Amino acid sequence: MPVIAPPPLPSDDKRWKIVNGTMRKNGFARHALIEALHTVQSSFGYLDDDSIRFVALSLHVPLSQAYGVATFYHYFTLKPPGKHTLTVCAGTACYIKGADKLIAAAEKRLCIKQGQTTPDGQVSLMVARCVGACSRAPVALCDGEVAGEFTEKQMLEQLERWKAE
Amino acid sequence: MTIEELEQIAKNVKQENEKYDYEINVCMDLACASQGADKLKDALVKAAETGARKVLVRRTGCMGPCSHGPLVRVDPEDRLYRRVNASHAEAILKSLGSAPVPELQSNLHEHFDKQVRVVLENAGYIDPEKIDDYIARDGYKALLTVLTEMTPNGVVHRITESGLRGRGGGGYPTGLKWGTVAKAAGNLKYVVCNGDEGDPGAFMDRSVMEGDPHRVIEGMAIAAYAVGASKGFIYVRAEYPVAVSRLTTALREARRHGLLGNNICNTPFNFDVEIRLGAGAFVCGEETALIASIEGRRGTPKPRPPYPASSGLWGKPTLINNVETYANIAPIVRNGGKWFFNMGSERSKGTKVFALTGKIANTGLVEVPMGIKLREIIEEIGGGVPDGHTFKAVQTGGPSGGCIPADMLDVGVSYDALLKMGSIMGSGGMIVMDDTSCMVNVARFFIEFCMTESCGKCIPCRAGTAQMFTLLSRICDGTGTMDDLALLEDLCSTVKEASLCGLGQTAPNPVLSTLKYFRNEYIEHIVNKRCRAGVCNMQAAESDIQSEVVA
Repeated sequence: MPVIAPPPLPSDDKRWKIVNGTMRKNGFARHALIEALHTVQSSFGYLDDDSIRFVALSLHVPLSQAYGVATFYHYFTLKPPGKHTLTVCAGTACYIKGADKLIAAAEKRLCIKQGQTTPDGQVSLMVARCVGACSRAPVALCDGEVAGEFTEKQMLEQLERWKAE
Repeated sequence: MTIEELEQIAKNVKQENEKYDYEINVCMDLACASQGADKLKDALVKAAETGARKVLVRRTGCMGPCSHGPLVRVDPEDRLYRRVNASHAEAILKSLGSAPVPELQSNLHEHFDKQVRVVLENAGYIDPEKIDDYIARDGYKALLTVLTEMTPNGVVHRITESGLRGRGGGGYPTGLKWGTVAKAAGNLKYVVCNGDEGDPGAFMDRSVMEGDPHRVIEGMAIAAYAVGASKGFIYVRAEYPVAVSRLTTALREARRHGLLGNNICNTPFNFDVEIRLGAGAFVCGEETALIASIEGRRGTPKPRPPYPASSGLWGKPTLINNVETYANIAPIVRNGGKWFFNMGSERSKGTKVFALTGKIANTGLVEVPMGIKLREIIEEIGGGVPDGHTFKAVQTGGPSGGCIPADMLDVGVSYDALLKMGSIMGSGGMIVMDDTSCMVNVARFFIEFCMTESCGKCIPCRAGTAQMFTLLSRICDGTGTMDDLALLEDLCSTVKEASLCGLGQTAPNPVLSTLKYFRNEYIEHIVNKRCRAGVCNMQAAESDIQSEVVA
């Protein structure tokens, strides 16, 4: 079998080495595609065309398959996130305890829809499919920090703080 | 690692713990952590350093009644304190050896008395990042016993004898599945642990993986020995970063102790486990979709047969079990199949962990023997519906399950009984709803979930759930007609009968069960334009928000 040389790193950015490290750890096997994309997202915050192309070429996966995987899974995002992220959980327990009202209030305050980022790039509003803290519903993640029994007042105060920065 | 070495570690840990006068266990599971358990633990450690007594402060996994958190248990007195924060640290330290701190005392006897803890036996007693803590509570004893004293067939026989059924929802007999994989031809086989707990409102598997990760690994290793596999995968949701880090630590520790790797316990048995991250796709809980995802592809299911037991991961025989199923294995091996068989109801053996949430006083994790009445879980263990509201329904089985009304609460919990009521056991989410929940809206919520989570491979599920969502939205905003209701029922049976995988086949369940038990609410929405719970916004009928969905 001819040995295909791995593609060069897209830039000097040190984060590419981390991505490369994940792929190397998995022996550049095709099945490491999702792992590699996870590393890209945790390093860069999102997946863009360059990173998907780099991972696909490195793992000898067709571009269509890599793009297909990146768009199939909800966890991957193709848009850069805002400086801060508010993720409201919309699992069943949170829904029963009024998470839909929280989402509506956040959408109204930020003037964006769920899944979008404010035009100034300050805040992204995300909706999660259950973070597993159902016993303290409704739950939200403020920049990854879990806040249980989250109220609309708490949420709006948090958004004000982020907006003011 | 030999059994003697294992016993030596257990002995050392016990000796070490005996040096302390008291143990203060702090629950640091997600729910308690979200209420400041980290700061509390730091304050306790600081207070313990300055105090006269020797006190061990330990971080533990979920203790159970999360709504009372942050929780602290003081041993050997077995005092459970509720709603503790960092400012209480001094008071707790002072109270050791005398009367308990009055304002923190909990009265949760009723909550605990009816529970039987098998899967959760270590929850709240061990530090999940310390393998020695697990070994001190008989951890890995079952694995080493199996390797040195039992044949693979003997292990399969013991699991079959126990009557254990898959805890992921389907309830397939575990022993039978193991036997099939064990008999499958080929030298290369895999064991997979399904930790893709996508069911919204359920967090049992997260708590087990975070609070007692070694239990899962031990169960997988025993399974691997029984079926003749040497490689395992744990598939975990990426939304559970703590579970991933705890499992990573646990795997590293197990390898360091020679409990994973080559020639485990000086036998020819080799086994190692890799973690694979999910990426937020509910359908990946379905076994063929999960396999596709581990292989690095889109998580779309395949028709069965062939079942993964004969052709799974990379075409090799693969054993797939849920986290809770593996967590049951070590106790069954230690205590014997008969012991497990004697718990539970006629056709559902052992215990089941439920995540009790929603409109109920004591939310959290509970483990009960199969066959217990739903009423006992909700009213006695759960403490009933708070704030003067009345109970309306309990939802089990997540998006694949159904809503069970008040007059059926005296039915015992088992796979068959729940199925008969139009719901399923599922992985163990149990969401209580009161009179402020609209059942039509609940059905719409679940259909919306299934619509967005449908992988799109088969048309009945892809287009059917979208059309069902449109119909339910119309009913919810007051523009629905009785013809819509008839069409909805018709669609339910089409989607149920014609879908490829479990997601589509069970997606109509929330609609069917609410139609069965709460049909009058649907009719009120259509005929009277009224939502008795006050959830649905009927004014939307006139506005321009039309939620037409094109599949």
